[in-house]
Amino acid sequence: MNLKELYQEIILEHGKNPRNLRKTENFNKDAKGNNPLCGDNVHVYLKLNDQRKVEDISFEGSGCAISMASASIMTDLIKGKSDNEAKEIIEDFLGMIKENPELKNNILKEDDKTKLMCLSGVKQYPMRVKCATLSWHTLVSAMENDGKEITTEN
Amino acid sequence: MNINNIRKEFPIFDEKIQNNDLVYLDSANSSQKPKVVLDRINDFYSKQFSNVGRSIHYLAVAATNLYENTRTSVQKYINAKDKNEIVFTKGATEALNLVANTLGQAILEPNDEILITELEHHSNYVPWHFLRKSKNIKIKFAEINEDGDIPIENIEKEITDKTKVIAITHLSNVTGAVLPIKEITQLAHSKGIVVVVDGCQGGPHLKLDMQDLGCDFYAISCHKMYGPTGLGVLYGKKKWLEQLPPYQGGGGMINEVKKDRISYGELPNKYEAGTMATAQVIAFDQSIKFLESIGIDNVIKHEKELIEYGQEILKKNNSVKLIGNPKERGGVLSFTVEGVHPHDIATILDETGVAIRAGHHCCQILHDKLGIPASARASLGVYNTKDDLDKLNEGINNCKKIFDL
Repeated sequence: MNLKELYQEIILEHGKNPRNLRKTENFNKDAKGNNPLCGDNVHVYLKLNDQRKVEDISFEGSGCAISMASASIMTDLIKGKSDNEAKEIIEDFLGMIKENPELKNNILKEDDKTKLMCLSGVKQYPMRVKCATLSWHTLVSAMENDGKEITTEN
Repeated sequence: MNINNIRKEFPIFDEKIQNNDLVYLDSANSSQKPKVVLDRINDFYSKQFSNVGRSIHYLAVAATNLYENTRTSVQKYINAKDKNEIVFTKGATEALNLVANTLGQAILEPNDEILITELEHHSNYVPWHFLRKSKNIKIKFAEINEDGDIPIENIEKEITDKTKVIAITHLSNVTGAVLPIKEITQLAHSKGIVVVVDGCQGGPHLKLDMQDLGCDFYAISCHKMYGPTGLGVLYGKKKWLEQLPPYQGGGGMINEVKKDRISYGELPNKYEAGTMATAQVIAFDQSIKFLESIGIDNVIKHEKELIEYGQEILKKNNSVKLIGNPKERGGVLSFTVEGVHPHDIATILDETGVAIRAGHHCCQILHDKLGIPASARASLGVYNTKDDLDKLNEGINNCKKIFDL
């Protein structure tokens, strides 16, 4: 266990000053997610244009440093990607948090991958994995636009 | 009381938890267990085990007697009039569900009102919520004041001609407020209202005297009272338990079963369907003896000193905000730290062996009212010391350091 690995500089900075913490105007996809164990919640908004590109992505909600940083970094990295690229990044991130030692996608630049890898510290804290993944699962739901509320407890 | 001797009775304090000495501040969630309770479970399973209340062989009779001994001990400990007023359940949650369900069946009519409070744990709200759907019952909430207390006036002003039940906590698991159950019961009874008390936190921290409180029902969680998990106690006045219908059907709760009719057993069997948590019941006798050996007055005095000390050091700590300032606080110190989410506090404290709880503590209504999604909670047991609270404070300072506050 190492607190320094969990609370890296980037996490603390994004946790304090989350990017894209707002509501996208004219969003056309959204979903809510919540963690009933702790009361954390997130609402992800997405604007996909005609070319299936993420024109804007934002989120509202409250949570711990890990969940806020994760949503912040996620929205930063997904913005401007096509929906297929976004799906690949999401799958790669969730796979990394679950079991893979590193990210495999060729879409993100190296320094963006480094940012995402900062969240890998939660692997040592099983109770905190949900904090890091809630916004990502919610983004999946928003993209599929099935209106299904995501919960960490199923 | 000698705190070092008391701590020695709890084997968990000999363990290293992730290489740290354990600072256990999560007793409102569940308390640690003294060795006598653990030994009793092992001894019963090893040397005396049988099911109770059915067979007539030696072990069955002996086990039944042990099981019933606990019922008598609980009766005496909470000063109930009759041992048949003590019903064992799988937890306080089941006890509260039993009361809500059977009162719902027997005495509640559509549009009747249940009065609960904004302090209630979900287990003293959700069972009543079921009756909203099934019986069109209304639920009203008595409001907290700015100190996190429920003054009796806030109860009184919510009572109407339709109020049939007041379901209320004895001690809030978030603000620590001790509610004036005796006065509330007197008020309720003067208007013919039934009083149901959630005694989950009252059990380990307060003197339990059913004759003094006067309430109709009182639910106890045994695992918060230095006892085993999977066990609760429902105290119910005999007139109610006799009058209300059974809750669950099965073996042990019947008198006669025919194809065209069934009659139910007498109290307390009527409410104890199926094989009960036998070993837990028998071991819970040791929990009561443990509490009696210290004396609840000494427990209260010790915890009061700790609460006062904890409030003092946390109030001095900048950026810590204590939740609630009740007139009488028992066992619980909930707080927030500006700039650090409660989950982050809990993870950072855990790194040094300090176990607290973070979240809404099954009280979302209260957290909504307070305008916070979550809080951190340090809760006490008889084994805690001022040193534990100092370590809590050090841990909070460590959080502030990590978050650069």
